[in-house]
Amino acid sequence: MSLIAARGLELRYGARRVLHDIDFDIERGEIVTVVGPNGSGKTSFLRALLGVIKPSRGRVLRAAGLKVGYVPQRLHIDPGLPLPVSRFLSLPVPASKSAMAEVLEQVGVGDVLKQNMTTLSGGQFQRVLLARALLVRPDILMLDEPTSGLDQPGVASFYRLIEDVRRETGCAVLSVSHDLHVVMSASDRVICINGHICCEGAPHVVRAAPEYRALFGFGTGGALALYQHDHDHEHDHDHDGAPHA
Amino acid sequence: MTTITSMTTTTTGHRMLDDFLTRALLAGLAVALATGPLGCFVVWRRMAYFGDATAHAAILGVALALGFQISIFLGTMLVALVMAMVVSVLAGRGWAMDTTLGVLAHSALAFGLVAVSFLPAVRVDLTAYLFGDILAVSRFDLAVIAAGSALVLGLIFWRWSGLLTATLSEDLAHASGIDPGRERMVLTLALAVVVAVALKIVGALLIAALLIIPAAAARNLARSPEQMALVAIVIGGVSVWGGLQLSLFQDTPSGPSIVVFAALIFAASTVGAALVQRLRTN
Repeated sequence: MSLIAARGLELRYGARRVLHDIDFDIERGEIVTVVGPNGSGKTSFLRALLGVIKPSRGRVLRAAGLKVGYVPQRLHIDPGLPLPVSRFLSLPVPASKSAMAEVLEQVGVGDVLKQNMTTLSGGQFQRVLLARALLVRPDILMLDEPTSGLDQPGVASFYRLIEDVRRETGCAVLSVSHDLHVVMSASDRVICINGHICCEGAPHVVRAAPEYRALFGFGTGGALALYQHDHDHEHDHDHDGAPHA
Repeated sequence: MTTITSMTTTTTGHRMLDDFLTRALLAGLAVALATGPLGCFVVWRRMAYFGDATAHAAILGVALALGFQISIFLGTMLVALVMAMVVSVLAGRGWAMDTTLGVLAHSALAFGLVAVSFLPAVRVDLTAYLFGDILAVSRFDLAVIAAGSALVLGLIFWRWSGLLTATLSEDLAHASGIDPGRERMVLTLALAVVVAVALKIVGALLIAALLIIPAAAARNLARSPEQMALVAIVIGGVSVWGGLQLSLFQDTPSGPSIVVFAALIFAASTVGAALVQRLRTN
């Protein structure tokens, strides 16, 4: 059985219908990326799977005892709340000092344990969010635009990290993103959303789909072409063996 | 006001409670135990006006309780609870929060004051409900205040981790299997109980101050959420003690006296924290 599934999902904010007729499955170990333009409902989709938004029609099914590691797009911490990184990491599930130190090391911010959350840089903050998600040993990682605050090398290393985690723990990864060219190379499956599922499939299939072209156009042709080449090369020869340079 | 009652019938173990000063201090400290941690959540979740609206509704509760001859504690708690829920529902429907709360808080107070004036043949000393009357805490009051505070403290202690997660982010809470709606209900319920028990101590007008000021002062001194809650309890307790002394020796109204002490501690901790910051950076 899949980890999370949606059947005939419809979401409304008042009278406005943001998503409809969504059927979705994600299996253990899969990396699935949801792409879509602003306002396409991709974040709402993620929040519906989390249970934050109740569907107006259809349903969301989750495997029993599913452990979710969620990395939000943004997290505002009220300045009135003093919150050291160590406390944040063990919220709400208590974690040992050694486990916290280990996971921080893994995500590349080994020295921030005692710092206050509000003193972290954008990149450090994002990595600490990921560390917290990893600490629960999730069956599925759910990432909402996880790299929005990162620069290019930061984005690349962040996604390499996600792939490492998937390889080591076998967890599924569901991310919502507009970092198309970077994400696509790491995904098993891409779902293109704009109010409904426009197209879906392996990255190269989606990239060639007319529905996808219609949504995103050819404006970013340079960057996409570069990666398309990279990916096609990988795909033609050895799908899972090639290391990412 | 308060009299020493039937010393002969009480057991030695309870004799210390015969002293009205002891009862006043114990009642005040009990309330501080509840307002400390709850006040932190009020600060973290930016519920200051929410607390005000709920507390002001207590006067309406007093009027209804006297009118229907039920317990004042029960009356204030029920009206506070209804008020808190009305605010929650309206907020959920997208009403502008500060306007909604402004309307509800002051309307509740005005309706309460008008309702009290209609009560026939009842001599109501309204100042006690508006400004508190800590020196008039009876044994029964003390028992109810202690029970209410214990309930709130227990509730917050029990749900601490979930409350904190839901306060940080509703999405993170959902992902961890915590229902933020339930945590919000816990806080709403706790707030209603605190309003009911703190009415006698600080009065309806200043209950919100007792929630917010110790927590805000604690923020300057604490490095973690748990520390902040503990420090807020201590600051609340010291304020109660100081306000009690002032009220006793200068015959000042107890609620404002307690809040004056809390405000002085807030000022001192703010200045102190700023000085430490400056010394560190230089």
